[in-house]
Amino acid sequence: MNQSPLNIKIAGLGGMGVLSAAEVLARTAFNSGRDVKKAEVHGMSQRGGSVASEVRIAPEGSPIQSPMIPFGEVDFLVTLAPEWEDLHKPELKSDGVHISTSAIDPTRLPSLKAINVAAMGILSTYLTEFPESLWLEALDASFAPKLHEGNRQAFAYGRSLVKAV
Amino acid sequence: MAMQNPFRVFLSGNEAVALAAAHHNITRGTGYPGTPSSEILPALRSHGVAAEWAPNEKVAAEVALGVAFAGGRALVTMKHVGFNVAADPLFTAAYSGVSGALVVACADDPGLASSQNEQDTRSLAKAAGIPVIEPSDVQEAYDYTRIAFRISEKWGIPVILRLTTRVCHTGGIVSGTYQPEPPPVLAFTRPIEQSVMVPAHARPAHKVLRGKLAAIARWNNEEGPFKVYGPSDAPLAIVTAGVSSLHAQEAAPDAAILSLGLTYPLPMDRIRSFTQNRKRILAVEENDPYLSESLRAAGIPAETNPESFRHGELNVSRVRRLVAGQPEPDAPPARAKPPALCKGCPHTQVFGLLRDVDAIVAGDIGCYTLGALPPLRALHTQLCMGASIGMGLGLRHTLPENEARKVVSVIGDSTFLHTGVNGLIEMAYNPPPTGHTILVLDNGTTAMTGQQENPGSGRNIDHAPARRILIEDLARACGIEDVRVFHPTREADALRTALAESCADDKLHFFVARQPCVLTSGRGRTQKTETANCPTPPSA
Repeated sequence: MNQSPLNIKIAGLGGMGVLSAAEVLARTAFNSGRDVKKAEVHGMSQRGGSVASEVRIAPEGSPIQSPMIPFGEVDFLVTLAPEWEDLHKPELKSDGVHISTSAIDPTRLPSLKAINVAAMGILSTYLTEFPESLWLEALDASFAPKLHEGNRQAFAYGRSLVKAV
Repeated sequence: MAMQNPFRVFLSGNEAVALAAAHHNITRGTGYPGTPSSEILPALRSHGVAAEWAPNEKVAAEVALGVAFAGGRALVTMKHVGFNVAADPLFTAAYSGVSGALVVACADDPGLASSQNEQDTRSLAKAAGIPVIEPSDVQEAYDYTRIAFRISEKWGIPVILRLTTRVCHTGGIVSGTYQPEPPPVLAFTRPIEQSVMVPAHARPAHKVLRGKLAAIARWNNEEGPFKVYGPSDAPLAIVTAGVSSLHAQEAAPDAAILSLGLTYPLPMDRIRSFTQNRKRILAVEENDPYLSESLRAAGIPAETNPESFRHGELNVSRVRRLVAGQPEPDAPPARAKPPALCKGCPHTQVFGLLRDVDAIVAGDIGCYTLGALPPLRALHTQLCMGASIGMGLGLRHTLPENEARKVVSVIGDSTFLHTGVNGLIEMAYNPPPTGHTILVLDNGTTAMTGQQENPGSGRNIDHAPARRILIEDLARACGIEDVRVFHPTREADALRTALAESCADDKLHFFVARQPCVLTSGRGRTQKTETANCPTPPSA
């Protein structure tokens, strides 16, 4: 591989929407034509325990090899459970970016469940190679129609928190 | 559904297996849920292919064998420990062979993300004499599923598609052109000599099997699926397969990598020519040292990997250290929040009652196994599906009377119908002197693996109405004296009293604690399935 892939880790607890957020991100990258892999563990860990999903996006024209991010090579760490975020910080690159939901005002969300979508809104402001339209397309494809309007609100709110860290 | 050809889709490994099976025009899918294999059959259904949940993996394998004896193409799905349940028919199906095709998608769980052991299906497959093909990523999950069906059909032999957690649950891109397989010819044309495995037939059938495996090994050397990566003249040769291949490609870009597809029977001539004149030969693999031992047995001097690499999943960092000759175990991962029973879960209520009566709980496999963890710590044994009843009876037979009386077998509804029902028959037939108590936690779903339906839920794989097996009626049919059903929350006091009284007398008791799973109650019975942009057979 000539160039390094973009490594994004989304972490939280079961039921917080970690896997759906990763789905939105992976679909966005997929729709852009890049190679992308998304790795996660299902099953027992989802019963309220820690859940993480790793998304690796290749530079244009390159493939992704391992689906799992090597330790210490996370470019963007998105944490949905603030009390557990210290667990994952050592996985960040020295110049990696931590996106915490502590910047999000829950009263600005259509529902607390949409915090994962707001976090993707924040992340989207860093990943400038993907236009907003690709994100919105992926967002609609990943959720039931009744959630589309609320998700778009939450995503726009996340984007408005410019590079909040 | 949108029909695009050529296609490019983003799928999980499990969804890719299902798509390949649909494109291969398979006749029927069956299986039992088990992480990480559970999403294959629902995805297969989403393509319109006949598929259903069986009560357990043995029955599923037998149904699949019937399909294949009839000339059809069958896919049977299970997790690695499910293979043990299905092993009885499958070991002898290797002898009988099949008329159509039979592919066993068996998902291993190196690192035990959601399993009770770390067994390696490759070792079992070799013992059975069943070929194994191992995809490394989502594209290969599609491609190798189709190759597995071709091998099965060409040589009339079952084939194992060995998946692992990181293949099943990794999302990735599958592209290709939609080339459907023509439908199979369905008829019963099998000679009795090949279909009835009495000793006189099985002796020659065993020789036929060894002949097929030798022929498949020759084909694997000449035409079998494989890929090579890295500089061809590198001093370090890595022989690998499955997801380990991807880690190796990233961790060792300077090595010459032979990434195998069909790993039993191995293409030993190909491996020999790839590894000759190298300074160093490494096998990069998870679980058993299957490749490294096979290579050394064939006289190819692969290194013996340090024991620490037998445990847990591999990843890029670990393979880097394996290549660098650093055998020290990894630093233990930071302690994440362990799983727990959901808020409002009826199981929590029941474990409180079992603690109240100071029960020794012979437990089983399901969400309720979490009853063993703090703060509940109210489940005392758990080994495999259905074991709670037999082990509970063994404890009753053996412990001093005052302790024997406290033993209660606790099992979920799907697990009871899987292999617990045999234990019920044992209890009726060989009752311990102090009697015994079975408590079925019936939440109406196969919760742990993702809320699949089961024969007790009254719905089929499509969540449409199906005949419902009433668990308590099975106990009545076995002549159990005291069969009662409780709502564990609304009738908590009555259930506590019943448990306490059942421990005191010498009778056989069968209690059902029936309350819906909090994840399925109050929500539509629809499950998300991945169908976007997947070309599907027009007939489907």
